[in-house]
Amino acid sequence: MNSKQQLDTLQSRRKFLTNSGMGLGTAALTSLVPNLSMAGTGGPHFAPKAKRVIFLFMAGAPSQVDLFDYKPNLTKLFKKELPESIRGGQRVTAMTKGKEKLIAPTKFKFAQQGESGVWMSELLPNLSKHADKLCLVHSMNTDAINHDPGKTSFCTGSEIPGKPSMGAWLSYGLGSINKDLPNYVVMPSAFWSGRVNVQALYSRLWGSGFLPSKHQGTSFQTTGDPVLFLSNPKGIDSRVRRRMLDTLADLNQKHYSEIGDPEIQTTIAQQEMAFRMQSSVPELTDISKESAETLAMYGPDVEKPGSYARNCLLARRMAERDVRFIQLFHRGWDHHTRLPDNMKGQCRDVDQPTAALLQDLEQRGLLKDTLIVFGGEFGRTVYGQGQLTLDNYGRDHHPRCFTAWLAGGGIKGGIHYGKTDDFCYNVVEDPVHVRDLHATMLHLLGMDHSKLTFQFQGLDQKLTGVEPSRVVKEIIG
Amino acid sequence: MHARYLLNALCLITLFQVNALAQEQTVSFNRDIRPILSDRCFACHGPDAMTREAGLRFDIPDGDEGALASAIQPGSIEESEVWRRINSDDDDELMPPPDSHIKPLSNEEKQLLKKWIESGAQYTSFWAFEPIVKPATPAVKKKTWSDQVIDQHVLKKLETLKLTPAKQADARQLIRRVTFDLIGLPPTRDEIQQFLAEHNRAPKQAWEDLVDRLLKRPEYGEHIARYWLDLVRFADTNGMHKDFYRNNFEYRDWVIRAFNQNLPYDDFVRFQLAGDLYDNPTEDQLIASGFNRLHLIIDRGTALPEESFTKNVIDRVTSVGTSFMGLTIHCAQCHDHKYDPITQKDFYSLYAFFNNIDAEPETPGRPKQGLQQPFVSFATKDQTQELNKLNALLADLDREIASTKAKTLNLEKAAKKDQKQSKSKEAENASLKNDLIKELKESEKKRGDTKRTRDQVESGVRKAMVMRERKTVRPTFILNRGEYDSPGKQVERDAPGFLFPMKKQSTVASRMDLAEWMVDAKNPLTSRVAANRIWQQFFGVGLVKTSEDIGAQGEVPSHPELLDHLAMSFIDSKWDVKALVKEIVMSKTYQQSSVSTPERFKTDPENRWLSRGSRFRLDAEMIRDQILLTSGLISDRMYGPSVKPPQPDGLWKAVTMTGQRFVADKGESMYRRSVYTFWKRAIPPPQLSILNAPNRDACIARRERTNTPSQALLLLNETEYLKAARNLAKSALDQPVEQQMNMMWETVTSKLPDEKEKQSSQSLVDELTEKYRKNPKMANELCNGIDIASSEQKAQLAAWTVFGTVLYNLDITKTRE
Repeated sequence: MNSKQQLDTLQSRRKFLTNSGMGLGTAALTSLVPNLSMAGTGGPHFAPKAKRVIFLFMAGAPSQVDLFDYKPNLTKLFKKELPESIRGGQRVTAMTKGKEKLIAPTKFKFAQQGESGVWMSELLPNLSKHADKLCLVHSMNTDAINHDPGKTSFCTGSEIPGKPSMGAWLSYGLGSINKDLPNYVVMPSAFWSGRVNVQALYSRLWGSGFLPSKHQGTSFQTTGDPVLFLSNPKGIDSRVRRRMLDTLADLNQKHYSEIGDPEIQTTIAQQEMAFRMQSSVPELTDISKESAETLAMYGPDVEKPGSYARNCLLARRMAERDVRFIQLFHRGWDHHTRLPDNMKGQCRDVDQPTAALLQDLEQRGLLKDTLIVFGGEFGRTVYGQGQLTLDNYGRDHHPRCFTAWLAGGGIKGGIHYGKTDDFCYNVVEDPVHVRDLHATMLHLLGMDHSKLTFQFQGLDQKLTGVEPSRVVKEIIG
Repeated sequence: MHARYLLNALCLITLFQVNALAQEQTVSFNRDIRPILSDRCFACHGPDAMTREAGLRFDIPDGDEGALASAIQPGSIEESEVWRRINSDDDDELMPPPDSHIKPLSNEEKQLLKKWIESGAQYTSFWAFEPIVKPATPAVKKKTWSDQVIDQHVLKKLETLKLTPAKQADARQLIRRVTFDLIGLPPTRDEIQQFLAEHNRAPKQAWEDLVDRLLKRPEYGEHIARYWLDLVRFADTNGMHKDFYRNNFEYRDWVIRAFNQNLPYDDFVRFQLAGDLYDNPTEDQLIASGFNRLHLIIDRGTALPEESFTKNVIDRVTSVGTSFMGLTIHCAQCHDHKYDPITQKDFYSLYAFFNNIDAEPETPGRPKQGLQQPFVSFATKDQTQELNKLNALLADLDREIASTKAKTLNLEKAAKKDQKQSKSKEAENASLKNDLIKELKESEKKRGDTKRTRDQVESGVRKAMVMRERKTVRPTFILNRGEYDSPGKQVERDAPGFLFPMKKQSTVASRMDLAEWMVDAKNPLTSRVAANRIWQQFFGVGLVKTSEDIGAQGEVPSHPELLDHLAMSFIDSKWDVKALVKEIVMSKTYQQSSVSTPERFKTDPENRWLSRGSRFRLDAEMIRDQILLTSGLISDRMYGPSVKPPQPDGLWKAVTMTGQRFVADKGESMYRRSVYTFWKRAIPPPQLSILNAPNRDACIARRERTNTPSQALLLLNETEYLKAARNLAKSALDQPVEQQMNMMWETVTSKLPDEKEKQSSQSLVDELTEKYRKNPKMANELCNGIDIASSEQKAQLAAWTVFGTVLYNLDITKTRE
C-alpha cells in the first residue's frame, strides 16, 4: 500500500461514516446482514427510471428480416445477388465464405399494429397486441460474427471471456433491494422448438468476472433444487436444521469472541441467509397460488417446469420480489437452414409468454419501473444459406444490423428507432452498438456507464469498455 | 459485500497509526507520486504516442516532451504549470479534464504532488523494472524477536507504525496452519500428537522437522501445483463452442511432479516456454511445453480460422505476460500500453515467438482422446513391443485378405471366360469360392479384433500435446488495432525494448532465447513476480497485492525491501522453490498467532502490515479435501485422467450445445483430491466454483474470497459432504464413549473442545438423538445404505452425523488461521 492508497481508504471510511450517519454500533449490525448494503459504488448516480431488468436473451440470434425489420421491396429481388456495394467487404463466417450471396426475402407478412402503427411480423401475433409498448431498435450492431464471442459481448460488453456480466455490474453498482433472494437470477429454458444446432451457454455469460463473485448470477435449475444445494438432505428437516444453526451460531460466536475476526460474524449471517432462502426460494418458484386466468395468459407451456413460459411467469414473480436483474435464455434461434419452420416453432415458444409477461407486469403496476429487453447476439443475413426457395431458406450470422426491442421502465413505446438500408444489411441511421445499448440500460437504472467502474489490472474497467459509447436518449420517454 | 471490506470502510484507523503514517511521509516517487501520475495523467500524457496530448508526457522527466521541460519546475510550485492546471477554476484548463471521466485529484494527492515538486521533483525509475539489488537488513529496536532477515524487514515496518508483532501461535494452530499451507490438508490426530510431543521437548527443532517432513510429502506438489494451474488456466475442455474434452492432464501431472522434485524455478520456466527446443528433449520437457496449448480453442466450422489463429496466439502471449512477467502485456495488442512502457511493437515482438506453432488453429469435430496435433506419445517398452507385434499381424492379415480377394476374383473371371464348363467343374468352383469367402470372413474378423486390440493398446499409451515450431518461421506483423486482418509493419522476435536486451543464439531469436532472457539474473520481473506469488500463498495477500500486475497500475509493494530480499535470495539459491518456501514458513512473522482484537482486524483487515498471523478462508479444494481426509474417505492415488465426483443433475445439459450429460464417476474416483477434478470450462464443478474457484477461462494469479449464502448451502446440504460427516460420525462411535466428542473435534478442527464447546456439542447430540429415536423414519433416511440394525444405533449415528456437519460448517474449520 502506498500513502495515496492509505489516504484513499481513510477518506472513504470517513465519507462512509458521514454519509451513512451510522455509528459503529449500527456498523456491527450491518455486518450481520451484508446483503442489504452490498452496493459496490453506493447506489445510483441519478434518479433511475427503472428499478429492475428482465432481459429476454434469444440465444442463437433470431432473424430481424423475418421478425422486425420490414423490407417490402426485397420480394422483387428473390435470388438476386446481393450487390457488392452493399456488402462492402463485410467479413463472413466460415460457413458462407466464398459462396454466392443470393437474396432471400422473408416469406412472412408484416402489418402495422396498435395506435402507433408499428410494423410487426405475423409470427408474433400476441406480442403485436402490445406494439404500443415496444421500442424496436433496428440499428443494433456488434463486432462479433460467431455465437461465442457474440453472446459474450452481448452479456459482458467484451468478446474476451473473463469480464463481468451486465447483471453483475448492476448488482455491483446498485446493490440489492431484497433480503431473502439472490440479486441476479438466470433462467435458461430447458427446451425449445427450433430443431437446429443449438449453441452452448457458458456460466461466464452471467459470471462476475473480476467483480466480487457475490455479484454473479444465480442460475435457477430446472431439475432438482432451483438453487443449487437448497434443500435439506433426507433425514434433516427444518427443525433439525434450525437446531444445527443455533449450535453453529453459538460456537461461531464463541470463536469470534476469542479470535476477534469480524469475518466470523459474516459466516453466521450467511448461514442465516441460507436458511431464509430455504423458504423464500420455494415460495418464489411455487406457482400453485397463481390464478387460472394468469396461467392461461402465459399459455399451456407454463405447466412445464423449465419452459420459457414458466420462466416468464417466474420472472414476474421475481420482479414482484425485487430481484434486480432477471435474465432468461431461450436457445434454438440459429437458423442456417429451414428457417421458416424453425422460426414458427421458436416464435410459438416465446410470443404468448412474452406478451403475457408485459401484460401481467402492467396489470400489477410493475411495468413502469421494470425494463424489458428482448434480443439476440447479432442479426442474420438477408441472403440465403442452404436451400433457397420462396418458402424455405436459411440465414447466416450478421453483425452489421439487427433488431432488439425494449419496453417498460423509461422506454418510449410504439416507435421504430434507427434505420437499415433497403437490404436490411447496413445501418443507415442512428446506429446503436451493443455497448450503446448497455450504456442506455445503465442510464435507465440511474447509472452513468462511464462512472460505473472497477479497478482491475490497473484500469478503471467498465461494462462499456474503452470505445466511445452513448446513451440513446431518443428512446427514453 | 464482503463484510471485511465493509467493516474496513466503516472503521477508523486509530490516532496513533495516522500519526505514524504521517511521520513516514517523506515523499517517495515510486510509492506516492507515480501511482497518481499513472492513474490521472498517463492516459493522455504517457507512454502511448498515439494518444499523447500537447507533446507532454509525465512518465519521463527529460527530453522535449518530458515533464521537466515545461510542466514542472523542480522546487517551485508557482513556476510549475502543472500546479496551476490541477488547481484551475476554469474547466477548460483544469486537469484532469472534468469531462475525461478520470477521477479528480483529491486534496491529499495535491499535497503529495506539492511536496514532491517542492522537494525537487525527483524521478526515479519504476521500481519493478529496476535491477534487483539485495537490500541492507534494517536495524530494528526490538532485537530479541528474531534474527531472520524476513522478520527484520517486517519488524522495521511495524516499528515505524508503532505496532508490535503478535505472540507465537500455539502448537496446534501452528501445525494446522503449516500443514494446510504446505500440503493443502489438515494434520491427522497422530501427526498432531507427534508434533505436540516434539514441540514440548524442543520447539524450534520440532518446527523445522515438521516443515521438512511436509515438504517431502507427495501431497505438497498436489497442493502447490493448484496455484499454478489457476495461473495458466489449466482445464479439461476447449472452453468455446462445443467445449470438447481437451486432454491436458499430463501437463497437470508434470506440474505436480516438478514441485515435488523441486525443479528449480528457472528450469520450470524454460521447460514451459521452450521445452520442445532442447536437443533430445526429455518427456517432462516436452510435456511442459504444453503450457503453450492451454489456451481456449474453438472447434472447426463456425469461426474464421485466421481469426482463431490470432486469438490463440494473443491468449498464449497474455499468459506469458501474466504468469512469468506479472505484466498486462496484452494491453498493448491494439496500441502502446497506456501506463507501462510496453509498445505495440513490443507486444508483437513477443507474439512472434508464439505464432509459429505447427498446429491447426481450430480443433477437429470431436478430437480423438481429446488430443490435437502436435502431440507426442510415450509408449513403454512393453507397449512398443506389443504395438509392433500387433501392427505386423495387421499387415499380415491385410496381405492375406488381399490375396484371398484376388483369388476369388480370378475364380470369378475364369468362370466368366469359360461359360460352358461342366456341372462338376461348376460345383467344384462354387465350393472353392465358398471356401474362399469363408476364409475371407475369418481373416476380416480377425483383422477387426486385432485392430481393436491395437487401438486399445494405442489408447493406453501416454500422450501429451506439446509445442512445436514450423520449419519456416512465419513473418509477424503488428496488427493494427489488434485486428487479425489488418497487418501493419513487420517485426522481429525480441524482448520488450524497455528491459535489457536479449541474447540470441542465431539471427532469429528462438523461444529458448526468450526463456533464457526470462530467467536471466538481470531480469527484474521474473523473480519478483514469483516470490511475490509464493508469499501470497502463505499470507493470503502478496507483498504487492495485485500479484497479476506489478506494473505502473499495480499496487506498490507494502514491503519493497522484503520483496527484493526474497527475489534476490530466490535467484541466489538457484531458484530453489522449497528453500524459499522454507525460509518463509520458518520466519517468526509466519508463526505469529492470528488471534487479535476486532479493532486490529478492522484497521488492517488483510493483515498487510503483518502484525499477526494471517487468517483467511481456505480455497474450495482445501475445504473439499479436508472433508474427504477427515472422514477417512480420501484416495491418495496420484496422477492420471481427471475424475468426475458427483454433482447435481442437469448442470451440463442445461448449457451445453450438444446436450451433454454429466456422468459421475463411481467408487474411489469420487474421493480423489480436488486437483484431479474434471474442469469443464463452460460449467465448472459447483463444489469448487461456489467457493470462488475461477472458470479457468483466463489467467488468475489470486482468487478472491467471498462469504455467501450459496457457500453455506453447499457446505450444509451437499450429499457427498453429508455422507462424509456420517463416515466421520461412524468412526467416532467406534471409539470409547468418553473419547467420541474429542475425536470428532480434533479430527476436524485440530483442536480439543473446551468445556463450553463440549457442552454445546453434547446438548445438540443429546437432543437430536432423542429426536431421531422418536422419528425412526428420519434416522433411517440418514443411515440409508449403512449396515446397522438397531434403531438405537441408527438414532445415534443420525445425531452424530448432524453434529459432524456442524463441525464442517464452523468458521474455524473453513478458515486457515
